[in-house]
Amino acid sequence: MKLTKTLLASTALTVAAGAVAADGHMANDMTLVSWGGAYQQSQINAYTDPYTEMNPGVTVTWDESSAEAVAKLRAMNEAGNITWDVVDVVAADALRLCDEGLAMEIDPDEHLAPAPDGTSAEDDFGDLLVGDCFIPQIVYSTTFGYRTDMVPEGVEAPNDICDVFDLETYPGMRSLEKRPINNVEWALLCDGVAKEDVYDVLSTEEGQEQALAKLDTIKDSVIWWSAGADTPQLLADGEVFIGSTYNGRLFSAIEEQGQPIGMMWDAQVFDLDGWIIPEGLSDERLARAMDFIYFATDTQRLADQAKWISYGPARASSAPLVGDHADLGIAMAPHMPTDPNNSKNTFLYNYEFWADYRDDIDAKFQSWLAQ
Amino acid sequence: MALTVQVQSPSMTGFTAPMTAAFSAMFGFVVGNAFGNPWIGLVIGAIVGAGLAFALHALPLKRGQGRLVSIVAFAIVGVVLGGGGGAVAGAIIGAVLTWFVYWLDSGDYRKNVPIYYTAGQTLWHNTFMLICGLIFFFLIAPLIPVMWLSFNAEDFFTFTPEMLAFKAEGYSLKHYRDFLGTDEWMVPLKNSLIIAPIATFLSVSFGTLAAIGLSQSHVPGRQAIMAILISPMIVPLIISATGMFFFYAPLGNWIEANLGLSQAFVGYVKVILAHAALGIPFVIITVTATLVGFDRSLTRAAANMGANPVTTFFRVQMPLILPGVISGGLFAFITSFDEVVVVLFVGSAQQQTLPWQMFTGLREQISPTILAAATILVTISILLLATVELLRRRSERLRGLSPS
Repeated sequence: MKLTKTLLASTALTVAAGAVAADGHMANDMTLVSWGGAYQQSQINAYTDPYTEMNPGVTVTWDESSAEAVAKLRAMNEAGNITWDVVDVVAADALRLCDEGLAMEIDPDEHLAPAPDGTSAEDDFGDLLVGDCFIPQIVYSTTFGYRTDMVPEGVEAPNDICDVFDLETYPGMRSLEKRPINNVEWALLCDGVAKEDVYDVLSTEEGQEQALAKLDTIKDSVIWWSAGADTPQLLADGEVFIGSTYNGRLFSAIEEQGQPIGMMWDAQVFDLDGWIIPEGLSDERLARAMDFIYFATDTQRLADQAKWISYGPARASSAPLVGDHADLGIAMAPHMPTDPNNSKNTFLYNYEFWADYRDDIDAKFQSWLAQ
Repeated sequence: MALTVQVQSPSMTGFTAPMTAAFSAMFGFVVGNAFGNPWIGLVIGAIVGAGLAFALHALPLKRGQGRLVSIVAFAIVGVVLGGGGGAVAGAIIGAVLTWFVYWLDSGDYRKNVPIYYTAGQTLWHNTFMLICGLIFFFLIAPLIPVMWLSFNAEDFFTFTPEMLAFKAEGYSLKHYRDFLGTDEWMVPLKNSLIIAPIATFLSVSFGTLAAIGLSQSHVPGRQAIMAILISPMIVPLIISATGMFFFYAPLGNWIEANLGLSQAFVGYVKVILAHAALGIPFVIITVTATLVGFDRSLTRAAANMGANPVTTFFRVQMPLILPGVISGGLFAFITSFDEVVVVLFVGSAQQQTLPWQMFTGLREQISPTILAAATILVTISILLLATVELLRRRSERLRGLSPS
């Protein structure tokens, strides 16, 4: 009897304390999920540092789990214990989470800030609003970097995607991502398939075999990477001559670390990264998450992020505000994947195709790898 | 006085020179390999080795002088071949080869074996010593590049040319500043230092009690209980982790909803309980082993003198089984401090521990800060173990238990 009373009393006390602590019905703790590294640092600098300055009571915890966000959110949902408030994922993962009902649907005009000139958020983000749950943040590209000091003498530096497949002119190891996405597209482009036909060809058995056969020609010279940090490390070590990774990682290796690496922008593949809010948050936590998202995706904040990393802001209204690198003082615009000089030949990643064919081609690719 | 036999210097042409040549040929092979031609290196190495043996034998130099001369000579050759790094490698090769020549030539290689040993037995004895040395080398050597690279001035796991040439600009303490100066690492360190000691305390308390209980012959189903308690050690960790995730998640929700505790606090409780469960088997096993040697008549004697079971436990049994309890506690601590799988499942970001941070750090950003963290942890554990050992010896000496 006594025990129950004490329990009840303490419950009442802590509930009361909790209610007082939540200012304006918003939770004071927020767990953000991101990718770690320079990218997460740019988000801290551009989004959470100013946000916590405005809201001194809020503490932000970072979880570097974006790579397995889908699996973890599924498990959390099943266990009924969602510990994340705002999650940074690539657009393809956002679509999957949205389809499975694990991410909350967003109404851009209601939940996101309009541009300073009054343009609605929906128009400002434009085509980048893929799916109903995805809040775009940046445009990044997967592209190639090469060791400038390993280019053979008397040969031009690589400037064509097919140079990756040309072992005679450019001998040496390559590093490619250990999954079919991007690799099979590049392989077909260099096997005589026209850019607009790539996904048509890839949707057939023969097309998939053709892509793998092209990759087979360089298979012995490839190191397969699975984390974005691998290729910069391999390039810095001189273990590979050329390798694919995210353009921001290469920018950091070249400009911030002073490594002898050059960019090869040909046939860079654009992709989107952004936020989702998990389904099933309590009202207080949801209110906090929405408040943060409204702040962190406004025009100025997205432009600010480009001071620390060379990814293009997702809002049209942010592009003119992109300035210089915060520490190095160099202009960031020429390092953006969207800069006209860099985007002479770009490749558009087809979300719908990969949503339909991913499992199938993944399995084929993995068994080809194991051969 | 009886058996001091002066060991004779062995034959130069028949023994010392060929042995040194063979030994030196190995270095020649490695150096030759670095220049793309191992077999020529092997031959040159053999010739240099034999020449060195004759030279050191014939020249009227004292050992120290001879060693110095050849270290300097090899270091100079090293500088010519490979710059600053070559000088260090050359000096090391010179020192090893010179030591080898003197060791053979003076007959020291027989110093530690009985006089009646045959050549084959002597060879085996020295080979055995070499194997023991190699085992230690392979245990310790992987740590050395880790410590070396942690002073890298760049953000990659790369030995830069400046580092290999031992130039100051190739080295920096910036990764240590990153480790000690940022929340990214200090918060996980704090979490580890909260979780591990509490989990250890729970493991030791429950594990010791369980071991004592299970050592009583009248407990029914002893084997079955033992098997269940030890199962976390046997079941693959990923399976325990999955199970714990689905077990603790609703439990945590219930506590949060009904007791009104904060999410962060409940998160710590979940991780601590999970780690305690992982640590208990280690404590049970070590304490059970110590209890085998425990004389039960002591507890009966204590009871006979009017001590209740609790007093008996703390005054009689506990001091005697303390070594087992402490080593079990050490294992439990290391299990929790090193653990990454269960905390990834059960914990949320607020309970990020040091291994979690290292794991994600290695995957997402290959930064030498991880190496700095590893170096600091290794140094701390060496200091801790050395302190414990010194204290143990001191108390033994004070109690007059030590034979010396």
